[in-house]
Amino acid sequence: MLAKFAALLRTLALMLLLIAVAGPAFAGPFEDAVAKFTTDDFSDTEEAVAAIAASGNPLAYPIISALQDERLMFDADTKKVYIKQTDGKAMDAATGAPVDAIPDSASEVRLNNKLRRHVQAALGGLTLLSPKLETRISAARSVFKSHEEQALPAVESALAKETDGTAKAALQQARAAILLFKADVSEKEKLDAIAIIRSRGDQEALAMLNDIGADQPPSVAKAAASAISSIQSSLAMWSGVQNAWYGLSLGSVLLLAAIGLAITFGVMGVINMAHGEMVMLGAYTTFVVQELIRTRYPALFDYSLLIAVPLAFLVSGAIGVVIERSIIRFLYGRPLETLLATWGLSLVLQQAVRTAFGPTNREVGNPSWMSGAFELGQITITYNRLWILCFTLAVFAILLAMLRFTSLGLQMRAVTQNRRMAASMGIATSRVDALTFGLGSGIAGIAGVALSQIDNVSPNLGQGYIIDSFMVVVFGGVGNLWGTLVGAFTLGIANKFLEPVAGAVLGKIAILVLIILFIQKRPRGLFALKGRAVEA
Amino acid sequence: MLRKLTQDIATMTRRRWLAATAGLALGFALSPAFAADDTIKVGILHSLSGTMAISETTLKDVMLMLIDEQNKKGGVLGKKLEAVVVDPASNWPLFAEKARELITKDKVAVVFGCWTSVSRKSVLPVFKELNNILFYPVQYEGEESERNVFYTGAAPNQQAIPAVDYLMKEEKVKRWVLEGTDYVYPRTTNKILEAYLKSKGVAADDIMINYTPFGFSDWQTEVSKIKAFGSAGKKTAVVSTINGDANVPFYKELGNQGIKATDIPVVAFSVGEEELAGIDTKPLVGHLAAWNYFESIKTPANEKFIKEWHAFTKNDKRTTNDPMEAHYIGFNMWVKAVEKVKSTDPDKVIDALPGIEVPNLTGGTAKMLPNHHITKPVFIGEIKANGQFDVVFKTKDLVPGDAWSKELEGSKDLIGDWVGKKCGNYNVKTNKCLGSGT
Repeated sequence: MLAKFAALLRTLALMLLLIAVAGPAFAGPFEDAVAKFTTDDFSDTEEAVAAIAASGNPLAYPIISALQDERLMFDADTKKVYIKQTDGKAMDAATGAPVDAIPDSASEVRLNNKLRRHVQAALGGLTLLSPKLETRISAARSVFKSHEEQALPAVESALAKETDGTAKAALQQARAAILLFKADVSEKEKLDAIAIIRSRGDQEALAMLNDIGADQPPSVAKAAASAISSIQSSLAMWSGVQNAWYGLSLGSVLLLAAIGLAITFGVMGVINMAHGEMVMLGAYTTFVVQELIRTRYPALFDYSLLIAVPLAFLVSGAIGVVIERSIIRFLYGRPLETLLATWGLSLVLQQAVRTAFGPTNREVGNPSWMSGAFELGQITITYNRLWILCFTLAVFAILLAMLRFTSLGLQMRAVTQNRRMAASMGIATSRVDALTFGLGSGIAGIAGVALSQIDNVSPNLGQGYIIDSFMVVVFGGVGNLWGTLVGAFTLGIANKFLEPVAGAVLGKIAILVLIILFIQKRPRGLFALKGRAVEA
Repeated sequence: MLRKLTQDIATMTRRRWLAATAGLALGFALSPAFAADDTIKVGILHSLSGTMAISETTLKDVMLMLIDEQNKKGGVLGKKLEAVVVDPASNWPLFAEKARELITKDKVAVVFGCWTSVSRKSVLPVFKELNNILFYPVQYEGEESERNVFYTGAAPNQQAIPAVDYLMKEEKVKRWVLEGTDYVYPRTTNKILEAYLKSKGVAADDIMINYTPFGFSDWQTEVSKIKAFGSAGKKTAVVSTINGDANVPFYKELGNQGIKATDIPVVAFSVGEEELAGIDTKPLVGHLAAWNYFESIKTPANEKFIKEWHAFTKNDKRTTNDPMEAHYIGFNMWVKAVEKVKSTDPDKVIDALPGIEVPNLTGGTAKMLPNHHITKPVFIGEIKANGQFDVVFKTKDLVPGDAWSKELEGSKDLIGDWVGKKCGNYNVKTNKCLGSGT
């Protein structure tokens, strides 16, 4: 009896031992899936993502979102997978247990574009029921994009619970997209799906309807074709609006670059070839400001541009005053010499910046309020372009007010209209000359701050704008700020309506030819100055 | 014709003076005052000012580093190497003048230089006339094989074609936008790609070709055109041969308009680590580049190279890139050839170079072929958030460079063979050399 009992105990112990030794072999499908991350193979990772998303394990969301953000680490030797959490802590991906430190030998689980699509689709499916409204909406949108059949039950249960209007519409579109591509769906359901997608009316909807393939019942194919043509015609209408917006935006950039020149060339008559370099100096000022903020006061980064605007004005303006005092004032009335001297100066400034900052582009970041875009109907408006348009108009208004309502503005106008009479009235004309040139240069510097957001900050930055700026000022009418405004927007819009038809290169040539023809007809530009000043 | 003319005017007139003056000044400043007889002179012909300075300055630095290291190892043939640096200032005609100056005045044994194809075309007659050697380190449009030039950058079949193959196979791309800057490299590459895509059954409707001027910065219309082209229900990709400065605003606009690599991937042939240094790369994650070298490739040789580069430049943030590796390979090949024939005489070295093998930085071997191109591995990398590339594909074998594209009607029967046929454009159908012989 006792012997029998002892034997039983022995077998029990043996069994326990076996279980303990073979432990990992009994791990569930979830743990197996997690272990697949350690092979560093794209197809294994793909399988792992699918299995984890389907497992229903609470760790699924943290694992897949970590994968998306390159925070999922694996150690090939120990076959362990870790999640680097956003707060700097780490945990074991298979168990969720906290880990002190991720070993140095661990490296990131790598992604390619195909996997990124799977990850987005999986995350979409997992976050459809998130408590956060934004997350739910973006989840529904990523399900719409991937329209995988497996997501259908999740979408339907989310749809039943959803109370918010926007989220509900997004979910309905996601459901329609899935049904559209599902095999065994009734004709009526497909027609309903097409109607929902048609109401969306954007390029993604168009892409989806184009993609449904030829093997559809005739009624469905017909509905799809009519939806496609209706979306296309509405998009064609919107593309006109879009061109107009792009034109305004290009016009604002042209105006911003030309507005300083409208003062130095338009008002003072100085052919300033170094104008572009003043813009470039403004952009480099922005770079220096951002560098300082990045290293010293990172919290202020969103305000970096606001801080850079006055500084750029001062830097470029001061350099402008120095140039006027040391070079240009000796050359008044000698346009050819001025042209050569300022051109030489532009080369000197470029090479000086190249020596000081290096020939490569400098990174000027976009503050958060200048990144991204929003949709207005069927067109995309990017924030940086919108802000630049507002900024340009503001600069223009301030400049106009300054010329009109301040005593400096009055003196400037007096000196440029009749220098000798202004001098007789007691105006220090040479001081006004220096200040006017400084003002024009300073405004060019401000333009540099804005242009640093959309263009390269490199020593060549100014070169790209100098020709366009002269074109705008000459076209608008020398000496007239309103002419510059109208000229810039006319050229911008004309350019953007020509570009889709003729292409970027031919479009630009066509604009140049048109301007040359226009100048033949009206040599003084759109808004010619009248009166004796012109004849002088 | 008209396009080319305006482009030439735009790039040249404004810079001509700068080039002449700055170039001369620098040339005088940098050419050595002491001309010792016991050194071998190596010419470096890269722009240090003007628009191309952004890319070419780095190549000058890497050449100085390579020469410095070779001298530490005792030089070549018992003599020290001496670098002669000149600045052609991004001015194509000045390249020819500077090349002539290097060869006749400084009596260099070999020249490493040029970036753009027009600069190479501009110096070609000089190298032929004065019989010297040029190592050209940049990927280019092919359709050339010259006795005096050794092409260590990629030919189209070592970069463009494998990249398109990858997109077709892995991403199932059916519709293609070929977007380029308007000059010879993008136009020839796109011609080759168009022919290749059509031979793979892509319909003409599914290919859109766009060109933009140099330094183009307002990409709004182009990017929305790409977006619209991509909404035809077929997977779409962009093949970008956009050059230089225009890339940064292009990628910024892509990011702003929300075109993600998962929707419409962009594969670029002229965007490397250096170009990405000026952009916030977070919105660009997943966009691709095809090169024969990436800084992020982990091999002992590459790690050593990067370490030496950081030490030489005293800056551990300086990136390395593909043309730098090309110079590394070219320089080592030249040294090996010179040591083999025990002479720096250009004729002897030119004959010795084909067949020379040196290790590259990515764990393979570069071999100089009879057509003066080399064997290279092809890597496809995806942009990561930190501005580096993650290699997602690598060709199994080394790809030999084709001087003449097999896709183009006019060049598919041509080969370059400077060993047997002694001819750069030998027609294998008619067995005739078309004029570029010795």
